[in-house]
Amino acid sequence: MKYVDEFRDGGLARGLAVAIAAEASPARRYSFMEFCGGHTHAISRYGVGDLLPAHVRMVHGPGCPVCVLPIGRVDMAIALALRHGVILCTYGDCLRVPASDGLSLMKAKAGVGNMRGDVRMVYSSADALKIAQDNPGRQVVFFAIGFETTTPPTAVVIKQAAALGLDNFSVLCCHVLTPSAISNILESPEVRELGTVPLDGFIGPAHVSTVIGSAPYEFFAEEFRKPVVIAGFEPLDVMQAILMLVRQVNEGRAEVENEFARAVTREGNLKAQNLVSEIFELRRAFEWRGLGLVPYSALKIRREYARFDAEVRFPLDYRSVADNKACECGAILRGVKRPQDCKLFGTVCTPENPIGSCMVSSEGACAAHYTYGRYKDTQ
Amino acid sequence: MNKVRENYVRPLDLKHGRVDMTHGSGGRAMAQLIEELFAKHFDNEFLRQGNDGSVLPPLTLGGRLVMSCDGHVVSPLFFPGGDIGCLSVHGTLNDVAVMGAQPLYLAASFILEEGLPLADLARIVASMAKAAKDAGVPIVTGDTKVVEAGKADGIFITTTGVGVLPEGVALSGDRARPGDVILLSGTLGDHGMAIMAQRESLGFSAPILSDTAALHGLIAAMLATGADIRCLRDPTRGGLATTLNEIARQSGVGMMLDEAAIPVNGEVAAACEFLGLDPLYVANEGKLVAVVAAADADRLLAAMRAHPQGARAAKIGTVLVDDHHFVQMTTGFGGRRIVDWLTGEQLPRIC
Repeated sequence: MKYVDEFRDGGLARGLAVAIAAEASPARRYSFMEFCGGHTHAISRYGVGDLLPAHVRMVHGPGCPVCVLPIGRVDMAIALALRHGVILCTYGDCLRVPASDGLSLMKAKAGVGNMRGDVRMVYSSADALKIAQDNPGRQVVFFAIGFETTTPPTAVVIKQAAALGLDNFSVLCCHVLTPSAISNILESPEVRELGTVPLDGFIGPAHVSTVIGSAPYEFFAEEFRKPVVIAGFEPLDVMQAILMLVRQVNEGRAEVENEFARAVTREGNLKAQNLVSEIFELRRAFEWRGLGLVPYSALKIRREYARFDAEVRFPLDYRSVADNKACECGAILRGVKRPQDCKLFGTVCTPENPIGSCMVSSEGACAAHYTYGRYKDTQ
Repeated sequence: MNKVRENYVRPLDLKHGRVDMTHGSGGRAMAQLIEELFAKHFDNEFLRQGNDGSVLPPLTLGGRLVMSCDGHVVSPLFFPGGDIGCLSVHGTLNDVAVMGAQPLYLAASFILEEGLPLADLARIVASMAKAAKDAGVPIVTGDTKVVEAGKADGIFITTTGVGVLPEGVALSGDRARPGDVILLSGTLGDHGMAIMAQRESLGFSAPILSDTAALHGLIAAMLATGADIRCLRDPTRGGLATTLNEIARQSGVGMMLDEAAIPVNGEVAAACEFLGLDPLYVANEGKLVAVVAAADADRLLAAMRAHPQGARAAKIGTVLVDDHHFVQMTTGFGGRRIVDWLTGEQLPRIC
């Protein structure tokens, strides 16, 4: 397939593997965090790890929108579906995220006691708006999650709903911001002081960066002296980015480099950025699964558009809910632990019966390792 | 003069009519629906007996009976390359055929939703009749029920197939042995992506066609080689990945696949890419997987390729010793990964 196969070419991959092995100094170890779940998935699905020398290690980051969604937010979505009788529209990944009381949106859809939630899977925010237009007698709520990539489409439907004068459509906004999460990881005691998580650099997000550009990462490179290479989601992109990171480390550089120049510019997509800032503003703080309360790390709907804010329209309370005690999702999301370090991994917690959120989405570190890589644990 | 013809019954309005509750009531309307639609299209000596069940002739050549049944709830009812009618015939015929049996008879049960256009029903029944006729397997008995609007989705069809298994043929998912070779009869994902492209209104210049087809001809050619075939399966829901995991678990073995050897049509690969799906998990309705003793693999592959339905057959992997029963794959990229069981629901209502 044109424009796809070129980025998955086995011959080129072997060439890059040879270059990485030749340039990575055997005298030291290299630990790079791929921030995005999209990269985690690509690394596992194509077996990128098998092409890397043993002293070049990838650490999975928190960039999986479903994984960082705290239980309390899923509880709110379930309450909307069960108690407020709305049509709740969600991306498919959210359906199976475990929430309080053993519930999930999938279970709410199937029915709880004598209540049955009208939960509908959508592929885009536009589908949710269409459902609202087709059901004028029902309240329709779009459960909006994701990083900067999925935020502009949510902004678009809010604007459209305003233009259409739709009074039965609202959004439960859970959009979060990548740079805040990276700062949080870099400032965490494990990375800063204890050195338990040696991080030598980051593979920067692909799709997120098409929107926000490469400029926001310059701060990390400068302030924390960590190299960042923005990379596409194809496996050759990842290999190339690893080689670029090895070179930066070897040369003592800490710069933002852009491997994904075919899609990412320094400024990003200004039109999308303007649209987002027209509709959304910063939340003072937002709870992330794994990272806890992170200041100015998420968006909420501006007052001018408050009538499309489900948190304003419905009496909803956010309640912080702790993870299962044995679940290591928090540590895994910060890169402190690996999926196979969790006692629940692959036994109590599997993709069929996830306990933690990292086992739910295909972009989650646990699901990726379980689905593609767990044969390594048996060797 | 009286112009009314004696014994005249106004025929079903196949142009504008719709299924209503009387068509399932057991009364005259139901009798008419059966007569003018089902009996007319499916016509054969067994249905003509007109009883609650059909009396079938004794088996003359010996062998044991194989029986299988399959419910069909696909949405949409009509898709490029087929419809729920022919699909419901092929699906069950293939389940019988992959046991190594020669399919003999089919039974069909219809759940109709009030409001289904009779024109659609007629199209579906005609398509079933053609599929059964092409396969040489008569539909010998059936049933029709009607449920209120909103209680079904147009039409659900359950078919049951009976076949005869010749002496000496014993195909089973628990017979794969380390060293065996895994063959695939053709491209992956055509049926699933034909449905998805239709649902998502993906405008491909050449539409993806479902591969729905009866496989017993290909299977007969394969059995005729005398190769030591351990097991045949048609990778429908859950795709190749699910089928191979089932066999690996049943046989207590592992498998290693070669991604580069697995055939996928370009349009299907593109559609999968677009929708974020993996062709290994997408449904097929006219493909089969064979596990065969290594010594016979080349001979069997040649026989498959000589048949029109196996023109793109390929050797895609081998069976290994593995206590974990992992199905693994060497990726085209040069790495290794597990090809796991499907998690959750990838494509609802695919067949």
